[in-house]
Amino acid sequence: MSQDIDSKWNPLTLIILIAVTAVILIGGFVLLQNMQDSKVLMTITAVTWGLGSVALLYFVLNAIAESMPRKIRSIAVAVVFAGPAVLMLVWALVLPTLRSLRLSFADAHGRGFVFLDNYKFAFTDPIMLEAFRNNLLWMIFGTSFCVIMGLIIAVLADKSRAEKVFKSLIFMPMAISFVGAGVIWKFIYAYKGEGVNITEIGLLNAIVTALGGEAQAWLLLPFWNNFFLIVIMVWLQTGYAMVILSSAIKAIPEEINEEARVDGANAFTIFFRITVPYIMPTIITVTTTILIFSLKLFDVVRVMTGGNFGTNVIANEFYLRQFTYGHSGQASAIAVVLLVVIIPVLAYNLKEFRNREVLK
Amino acid sequence: MTKSEKLKTSPVGRIAVAVVLVIIVLAWTVPTLGILVTSFRSPSDIYATGWWSVLPHKAYAKTDEFELPRDLDPNGPITIEGVTAEFQEWRNGIVVQEGRRLQWYGNKRSRKIEVFEEKWVGFGANLTLQNYRDVLSGGTVEFTDANGNVITRQGNNFAEAVLNSIAVSIPATVIPILIAAFAAYAFAWMEFPGRKPLFIMVVALLVVPLQIALIPILRDFTRWGLTGTFLAMWMAHTGFGLPLAVYLLYNYVSTLPRDIFESAYLDGATPFVTFVRLVLPLSIPALASFAIFQFLWVWNDYLVALVFLGDKNRVVTSALAAMVGEKGQDWHLLTSGAFMSMILPLTVFFALQRFFVRGLMAGSVKG
Repeated sequence: MSQDIDSKWNPLTLIILIAVTAVILIGGFVLLQNMQDSKVLMTITAVTWGLGSVALLYFVLNAIAESMPRKIRSIAVAVVFAGPAVLMLVWALVLPTLRSLRLSFADAHGRGFVFLDNYKFAFTDPIMLEAFRNNLLWMIFGTSFCVIMGLIIAVLADKSRAEKVFKSLIFMPMAISFVGAGVIWKFIYAYKGEGVNITEIGLLNAIVTALGGEAQAWLLLPFWNNFFLIVIMVWLQTGYAMVILSSAIKAIPEEINEEARVDGANAFTIFFRITVPYIMPTIITVTTTILIFSLKLFDVVRVMTGGNFGTNVIANEFYLRQFTYGHSGQASAIAVVLLVVIIPVLAYNLKEFRNREVLK
Repeated sequence: MTKSEKLKTSPVGRIAVAVVLVIIVLAWTVPTLGILVTSFRSPSDIYATGWWSVLPHKAYAKTDEFELPRDLDPNGPITIEGVTAEFQEWRNGIVVQEGRRLQWYGNKRSRKIEVFEEKWVGFGANLTLQNYRDVLSGGTVEFTDANGNVITRQGNNFAEAVLNSIAVSIPATVIPILIAAFAAYAFAWMEFPGRKPLFIMVVALLVVPLQIALIPILRDFTRWGLTGTFLAMWMAHTGFGLPLAVYLLYNYVSTLPRDIFESAYLDGATPFVTFVRLVLPLSIPALASFAIFQFLWVWNDYLVALVFLGDKNRVVTSALAAMVGEKGQDWHLLTSGAFMSMILPLTVFFALQRFFVRGLMAGSVKG
């Protein structure tokens, strides 16, 4: 018997430990709910409690697992280690996917069964068609600008001695939120209206008027306003493309370039004949990542135009359907469409994963 | 290219590359510079002139004024300093000679002429910290617009928003790391049923768009009374961040040498002790990479905060977005607010760029 349960935890300690953990977990939550008065104190408590509880939970669960009979102990420990992550993933992503699928066939309040009505909306409603068209613009122009600019900068910076500084500055917008970037660019597009002696305070209008043009409300220009929004994503994401492509370029063996140079190839030939083919796999990865990104794009449009003036996108319509029109069926159908579009990438990832046999 | 390689490029080529790069970098940094400068200017200056006017430039500045004789008829052609023009033209201002402009002030009866002379002005801007004080405050704030009107606004309480962002971001960064590190260790070095299918699930979830999860999770939170709480944000961000975290950390932990685990086992260390004493310290580079990635992602997130926090406990992104909606023309508040929201992520970014880049490389797809 004692051989079977040779735990270093005696049952009493274990029970006390579990009780204390429960008190801390529940007590902390109740305490936090009643601490709205002092924000600083509340922040400190929230951070300590949040982190402390998780660490404590693992400690206690592990203690329980170690007290299990020998035969199942190693499995019990593995369950304690991997279990929370798996449970979180199932709750946060796996089940919601199934539930969204179910909701996409239900009515506005998530009840009943309305066949394909929500999908009919998703694929035929003029609002959705406009959103699809705009997302296509984002995916085509946004992605290609990001990748091409990223590639150009990566190649040029590679030839420069101040490479690090240049790259840091281009990369910097990655740390800025889309909402922050929205304010930055809204200020660039600022328009004061018509009248005599108006000094434009928006950079774009100032440049246009200085060159003899006429100031515009850029975000209201039909169709072209999409491109003024796309510029924001290019500004934010080019750094990402540049960093990844730059490291791929650096991995090209120097002998290959050297040989080509000896054969008399100029910089352009080397770029198109050697650099680009060599880093093609990386270009494809980066392109896919930014494509997915521009498909799910939400914040910029939400902050800059709210999807008005012909700039709506799918993810914004998803938000509007759920939170403005309160139609969870239509919103879920849109989410399912987003998922379906991404499935080829998902399948490709899985195939790559199997090929690499990471998991022995 | 190596250092010696870079020197080999011809000088002309090097200069051309440098010029192009400088132009691109300027285009990339000027937008941020614009709001940084604006956030320190007084509201009336912001509406009157562009932010670039703080740079040294030639501009007309008022130097003098004089009154015209009483007997002058403002309705006919008016001659001043040798130039003859109608009232309306004088009202708009006329350059009478190089660098000297005269402008009629007020209505026809005023007969007052203002003299503007072109001179170099530079760094003469009135810089102030008042915008930051106003945007941090939750009470009422006042400012003067370009026409001299005093305008009163309700402050956006960014001080509280920053604290909320911290309360959301730190646990939402550390909790998924801790959970993922335990799981990564289990997937890499433990035997348990379902190990392989569960890991394939993790890989599949890497690219799932989070929109698919928002509505069902919101329903759970509503049922459990968690909407608007930090706990809800931590849970959501943990769930959404876990696939990438487990994947990245697994890739790292699985490359640790087997010997160290074997010798630890022989010394009688339990898996828990091995994890805390060996795996965590050895994985610090991978943990740091993901931590920065996740921190920036959570801090800059708007969608998740909008859905689960709503207007309760606003974080910086939602406070800033709300301000854009309410005060779209109050550039002094918008720019200082935007900068408040950027300070922390920019600091983290510049201090730990190396780790961030490594994290980006390791997993270039995220849902």
